[in-house]
Amino acid sequence: MADLSINLAGIKSPNPFWLASAPPTNSGYQVQRAFEAGWGGAVWKTLGEPILNVSSRFAAVSFNGQRVMGFNNIELITDRPLEVNLKEIYETKKRFPDRAVVASLMVEPKREKWHEIVKRVEDVGVDGLELNFGCPHGMAERGMGSASGQVPELVEKQTYWVKEVAQTPVIVKLTPNITDITATAEAAVQGGADAISMINTINSLMGVDLDTWNTIPHVSGKGAHGGYCGPAVKPIALNMVAECARHPRIHVPISGIGGISSWKDAVEFMLMGATGVQVCTAVMHHGFRIIEDMIEGLNHYLDEKGIASVMDIVGKSVHKYSNWGGLDLNYKVVARINTDVCINCNKCYISCEDASHQCIDRLTDENGKEYLKVREEDCVGCNLCSIVCPVDGAIDMVEIPSEHPPMTWNERQAAISGLNSCNVDVK
Amino acid sequence: MNLSLSDLEKNFQEVEPGLTDREAIEEANRCLYCYDAPCIKACPTGIDIPAFIKKIASGNLKGSAKTIMLSNPVGASCARVCPTEELCEGACVLNHSTKPIMIGKLQRYATDWAIRNEEVLFEAGKKNGKTVAVVGGGPAGLSAARELARMGYTVTIFEAEKEAGGLNTYGIVSFRLPQKISFWEVNQVKGLGVQIRTNTKVGKDISAKELLDDYDAVVLAVGMGKVPMLGIEGEDLDGVYDAIEFIKETKTNPLTDKLVGKRVVVIGAGNTAIDGATCSVRLGAENVKILYRRTKEEMTAYDFEYEFAKQDGVEFRWLTAPKRIIGDENGKVTHIECVRMKLGEPDADGRRRPVPIEGSEFTMRVDVVIKAIGQTRHLDLIQEFGLEHDDGVVKVNPENYQTSNQKVFACGDVIFAKGQGEAMVVTAAQQGKEAAYAIHQYLTKAVSETA
Repeated sequence: MADLSINLAGIKSPNPFWLASAPPTNSGYQVQRAFEAGWGGAVWKTLGEPILNVSSRFAAVSFNGQRVMGFNNIELITDRPLEVNLKEIYETKKRFPDRAVVASLMVEPKREKWHEIVKRVEDVGVDGLELNFGCPHGMAERGMGSASGQVPELVEKQTYWVKEVAQTPVIVKLTPNITDITATAEAAVQGGADAISMINTINSLMGVDLDTWNTIPHVSGKGAHGGYCGPAVKPIALNMVAECARHPRIHVPISGIGGISSWKDAVEFMLMGATGVQVCTAVMHHGFRIIEDMIEGLNHYLDEKGIASVMDIVGKSVHKYSNWGGLDLNYKVVARINTDVCINCNKCYISCEDASHQCIDRLTDENGKEYLKVREEDCVGCNLCSIVCPVDGAIDMVEIPSEHPPMTWNERQAAISGLNSCNVDVK
Repeated sequence: MNLSLSDLEKNFQEVEPGLTDREAIEEANRCLYCYDAPCIKACPTGIDIPAFIKKIASGNLKGSAKTIMLSNPVGASCARVCPTEELCEGACVLNHSTKPIMIGKLQRYATDWAIRNEEVLFEAGKKNGKTVAVVGGGPAGLSAARELARMGYTVTIFEAEKEAGGLNTYGIVSFRLPQKISFWEVNQVKGLGVQIRTNTKVGKDISAKELLDDYDAVVLAVGMGKVPMLGIEGEDLDGVYDAIEFIKETKTNPLTDKLVGKRVVVIGAGNTAIDGATCSVRLGAENVKILYRRTKEEMTAYDFEYEFAKQDGVEFRWLTAPKRIIGDENGKVTHIECVRMKLGEPDADGRRRPVPIEGSEFTMRVDVVIKAIGQTRHLDLIQEFGLEHDDGVVKVNPENYQTSNQKVFACGDVIFAKGQGEAMVVTAAQQGKEAAYAIHQYLTKAVSETA
């Protein structure tokens, strides 16, 4: 059994799986149920000034019959009095001292407001704070959440205010609703953040009812954008984590969030630089019990790889992520169709023919049997055929030895400009 | 028909193919992952079915196999032989909306993975210094031994046969349950340090008294014995077989062509009768008939077994009982005389009693008669242990499987009788587990009382 415990900027938990600040962490009852099931930590549903909620609040998209590919909500931060939450946080931490209990906070961008809530929350024994600069709906219209989180100066300033009084590690939770998340991540670091977490939810409208023409969801015939999450957002989140992880001035630990539903997702986020992960939608879909497979699956994975501690995988793939200009132009793969496995659906053919580089031929063998063959000299190695292929092992993307040494675009440009400057010298 | 031995061997390859990776992923993702799922309750061993299926979906196949085998120490065999439509799959909530999840096949997918990867799924508990003798290495005995070993007991299984596994190793036809599956389950138990003394028959090679004297507790899980005598003339003729011995032969010795082109009748309509009949078909018999003195309604074979036999071309003759087996001058079976039956008043067990119709006798030409009318009891052994029994069915406290001798616990077919349990492999496995927990309670209580 590998050591699954993590230490994220001083916040320790027995495993890297935390519940994200969201409906599943609304109360002590829920968080304690989650800890009983095995969750390593929980970020409490965001505390702040009391709010009012609407009904209905959630919607989801199904994809090809699978429910909850993506999920959205227009629920606001906690609607329970601060004192009640604080009492329950205290009780929960007392009952589960080894788990990470982090308080998510959101107040108006005023120094004294931040100071006040930080002190009150730390008084009940939380292990850390997470500043909610990400929530995209409702609160943002009041200048909080992502409205703060989209302005680097506000992120930096508020983080700084919190750090003036905070005794526990401060995590800044970032919004993806911004052109370049590294800008706000860097601002958080500048403000003194001990860690950053991402992503919060993405602005979204889930659908429109074809009969009533109402938005989905709607509140008495009207809708407002919500926050999108669930498996569909994972690639967006993974990229943002990776971009921050490889950024030279963002040198704080990252808590990865966004569509994480299984131990495999968690491994990917950790390889890309997350020290731990936070989960919400998968729990909303299936309950806290999914943690058993997440822990066990991660354990088996690490054992199989001979890795003693989950911390040993953190960031191991970051160096493999770069700018496009850093990719080798002379590297080549081509598609190869395994005729004995192929079931002749011709999906690869038509996608290549209509949407890529027209390099798959439909042929007939001496027995009159149809088969497909890639003209490798014309194949650009785009992967499309293997992506649409419904049969495992029918199309392999095969590496072709290059005649030329590796050269990236950046190296090429540098070489050309070197040549040009040589020319100048000669002249 | 000209059948070579290699044709016959092909006939004995597993009939049902396993799921491909793609099929398994698609099916696993179709599972709703119900909470407090009815399939769990329908499984006699209480496997957390949604959890093991979720683990297939997540790619945690080792965890999936562990979840299965934790609840059911013979879960790989059960994936193949359980009447799933009557158990887990019958309870699947998707019966009410689309179609049920193929739970049995997914269970097989996960356990096949573990078999292929030679995974060791469990560890023995810290030794507690107590010893338990398990008599019989079939599903119930293995299950009890596995759980006892996990709790730290030093366990010895006494197995009369050359290999452990019982019914799964010898009694279920290879084309439904290959022996290697059963052997893997046996090896999982051995891996926990359980000693299996094969070729050791309690009552002959070692006495019941020795076990009672030398061990802190005894699990009696000897199952049942041979097929009883029909009690008709000609039963000792050449060509009359005991179905259990007949099936065992196909699982232990090279297949022979002695049934090629022969006419076979099987007497009885339980699952063993079906196995005897389909075995005969696959050994090349020209015609195979099942004779049953009652009707299809009273037949004890599972529906899927019945369908399987029909697919194999087995003919059924309901309300037909054998009266006499006729042989030639060399003592070889040539004919069987039968009598037609009708159903009379219900028996003690509620099934209507078959009554011969006078003057309805007829004779059929046959070469082979296979008897599959139930199994005898290991009466001598039960008496040697001095246990109370009811016609060879060991009496136990239904709460904890304790027999009239407080240090002997009995489980599996040895306690199976009408109205007491079910003769399924999966039930035997569950009883074995429960007997193990009862022994643990019994022995720890004894310790705390003397302390």
